[in-house]
Amino acid sequence: MSLVQRALSGDYPRSRVLAVALLLILVGLALAPFVFPGTRSLNVAAKVCVFILLVASYDLLLGYTGIVSFAHTMFFGIGAYGIAIAATKLGPTWGSLALGCVAALLCSVVLSLVIGLLSLRVKTIFFAMITLAVASFFSILASQLSDFTGGEDGLTFKLPVSLAPGTKLLETAVFGVEINGKVLSYYIVFFGALFLFLALLRIVNSPFGRVLQAIRENDFRAEAIGYRGVVYRSVANCLSALAATAAGILYAIWLRYAGPDTTLSLDIMIDILLMVVIGGMGTMYGAAIGATLFIIAQNYLQDLMKLGTDAAAGIPLLPNLIHPDRWLLWLGILFILSVYYFPTGIVGRLRGVK
Amino acid sequence: MRHAHSGPLKQAGEGALLALTGVNTHIGHYHILQGVDFAVAQGGFTMLLGRNGAGKTTCLRTIMGMWRASAGRIIFDGADIAGEETPAVARRGIGYVPEAMGIFAGLSVAENLTLAARDGPIDTSRLEWIFGFFPALKKFWNLPAGNLSGGQKQMLAVARAIIEPRKLLLIDEPTKGLAPAIIGHMIEAFRELKRTDTTILLVEQNFNFARALGDTVAVMDSGRIIHTGAMADLAGDPGLQQQLLGLSLDAHQ
Amino acid sequence: MSATKTSAAPRDPGIDKIPLALIPLVALVALPLIPSLPTWVTLTVAGLAMGMMIFIMASGLTLVFGLMDVMNFAHGAFITIGAFVATSVLIPLARWSDADSLWMNLAAMLPAILAAMAVAGALGWFFERVIIKPVYGQHLKQILITMGGLIVAEQLIHVIWGPDIIALPKPMTLRGSFILGDIAIGKYRIAAVVVGLAVFAAMFLVLNRTRVGLLIRAGVEDGEMVEALGYRIRRVFIGVFIAGSALAGLGGVMWALYQETVSSAMGMQVMILIFIVIIIGGLGSVGGCFIGALLVGLVANYVGFLAPKVALGSNILLMVLILLWRPQGLYPVAKR
Repeated sequence: MSLVQRALSGDYPRSRVLAVALLLILVGLALAPFVFPGTRSLNVAAKVCVFILLVASYDLLLGYTGIVSFAHTMFFGIGAYGIAIAATKLGPTWGSLALGCVAALLCSVVLSLVIGLLSLRVKTIFFAMITLAVASFFSILASQLSDFTGGEDGLTFKLPVSLAPGTKLLETAVFGVEINGKVLSYYIVFFGALFLFLALLRIVNSPFGRVLQAIRENDFRAEAIGYRGVVYRSVANCLSALAATAAGILYAIWLRYAGPDTTLSLDIMIDILLMVVIGGMGTMYGAAIGATLFIIAQNYLQDLMKLGTDAAAGIPLLPNLIHPDRWLLWLGILFILSVYYFPTGIVGRLRGVK
Repeated sequence: MRHAHSGPLKQAGEGALLALTGVNTHIGHYHILQGVDFAVAQGGFTMLLGRNGAGKTTCLRTIMGMWRASAGRIIFDGADIAGEETPAVARRGIGYVPEAMGIFAGLSVAENLTLAARDGPIDTSRLEWIFGFFPALKKFWNLPAGNLSGGQKQMLAVARAIIEPRKLLLIDEPTKGLAPAIIGHMIEAFRELKRTDTTILLVEQNFNFARALGDTVAVMDSGRIIHTGAMADLAGDPGLQQQLLGLSLDAHQ
Repeated sequence: MSATKTSAAPRDPGIDKIPLALIPLVALVALPLIPSLPTWVTLTVAGLAMGMMIFIMASGLTLVFGLMDVMNFAHGAFITIGAFVATSVLIPLARWSDADSLWMNLAAMLPAILAAMAVAGALGWFFERVIIKPVYGQHLKQILITMGGLIVAEQLIHVIWGPDIIALPKPMTLRGSFILGDIAIGKYRIAAVVVGLAVFAAMFLVLNRTRVGLLIRAGVEDGEMVEALGYRIRRVFIGVFIAGSALAGLGGVMWALYQETVSSAMGMQVMILIFIVIIIGGLGSVGGCFIGALLVGLVANYVGFLAPKVALGSNILLMVLILLWRPQGLYPVAKR
């Protein structure tokens, strides 16, 4: 028990349904290569891992610190491009991957500190507007510097041999599944995301995390108590950026690709917002629930909607409304309702918190 | 919505224009007004005194509907206005001068007064009357109000409240931060106002100012009214002053 | 603007002219950098035209923020909707729009613009009532809710107009350029400058010469005091919100004709420029917004000509420079 307690930093799900759901997600992701061996389902599982980490790192900002940033995908992209550029320019070795990681993390630290110190002193709205402008500038930059970033096409790159799908790592199959480089990559993603998620959980449950929440609740009073609000918020911004960068690194390792549409685009930023709000702001577990539901829905709900569209063919407008590409419409409505009526999202509901 | 000037006989009860009964106000987690009871008679100046943090400003803001009273009744001119929105309260004929004066700094003196005269163009004879005791406003008529000095801003704030006849004026610390000479000027101006039989509820920290103008007095402490009576009685009783306000007039002079 | 505490005669400082001087300054700095005078004239007109269009779209947003402390991240949706409504009117009227007659063109354009403004304004009204009203004073929720509104609006555009980019040619009269010697000036750009100036002048007159304008200016400074004077600031606010949305619709039509295409992503693309403009101008200031928009338009065109690769970053750089000089923007709005 004490191991669980330490791993979760004493922050239990506090709801039986939530605990079961989280356990299902954990077990499902841990055994994904064996339980869901298909290419598509393994892709979904890896994406879930990455997005749980990405959304959790965003929740550190939005839910725990009360800051709205639109630059989160920028840090995600820095991670992905860091790996991709290092691997294409320096060759597919472990050394170049490590160098790419370090460079990406350093770049994120510097950028997040600069943005934070320049604009965190001012209003929430101002920060949101500035980050939106900076992030869009960054994604334009990535598509313009095509010699370096591959432009709109992005970069497809090779990983070290042991991570290549063609590399057999064990002679015998385990439970009928061949243990190859792809499976190894998956477990790097899985354990990387799990470890960092637990680290984030530890941060928000530490004294530092409680100060952040105090600042969010009442900036003025926390300042009066003697905490330097700007410093704390800048550090939170920086930690969140680092975790997002790590998520980008894992994602690039999994996809062996980095491009504007998979990491930098505003659409991904909006996806993150949807996941964190629907899952539950300020709960960390909400990130896990939100990301899992969202990505599964993204990949499978659309099939269902397709069936609906075909069935509704001939009725005006209705086929358009339930067209698979329109699923964001319904999520958007769900999002608005969540913000009004369940600001703590699914997790808050499950915990019975108003 | 315009009323003819209603005489004292038409008032309910003992001729009170404004009567607060058991008014409570919460701001966030704080319980500021804890059952305020007092009345302002038609005509004359009522001084609302009390230490810092006693709840005087909150009291005025609650009357204006800027804070919502959580309990109690606020009867003005025969109607319960507790729970009404600020614009509706103002349109019943209450003028308000907040502690921070609420001057629109980017608007000229003229524009500030034009906006305050909500029933139409400014009445020129009334404006000349105001210019009589606030001549600076005439002088700087087209200047942005933000460029006026502190005293001139206060004059503008008061002028804005009286640019049209109001049944009741709520004025929050008009002497705050003003130099003694300007306070003297203010007293003269308010004496002029007093001749028009305007009813005023005035929050004040400056006891000399209050004594010079007040007819009746109400003293607040910790969100309640702890004393009401004639201003002259309080002014002539240093012991009572000490007890209610923690000051002695002699030491203050 | 020295403090006049002791002197009894404060002087009228007038408006702060330094930001005004930035526009000719930028144009003059660009002059020696650009190889030929005709090119410079063309670029300057293009920059002013772009600035005017951005101003039309941004002005409502900055006023709404000034009045009610509300930042509507979905403002871009009104721009997009305006453009799409215009396609619905203009495409059936293509024959009039393509005719070589000013009157025929106008007969197509006017209904398109009016319809775009009406729909965007109505949508603004709905938005204020349903989406924004419950979250006054809560910035975090405002940002989230309006982003949600943006998602839904964009999706509804797909439902109604389909997911494809729609081509929207300029009316015949506004195609091509006026040629003066070596100088070519796009006709449409002139038209955009004229419309932009007209909107600015109208807004200036309303704000400075009418009672509603007085209320708006006073409300931007201190809404509570406006209420204490007996005015319902909410009504003023809804009016401004609707007018700002309608202007966004107008700007959307102009921008779409300028680009000659309409896509559901256009609102969000322009929004980034709009945010930069209102940050530069000072949140809540219409005059600042006007100058900021012209600066952004000019800089984008000059840099786009001199160094196309960094053109899109030039506006961010401009914003950073101005914020380093004046952290509250060109014209900080006095708040209580």
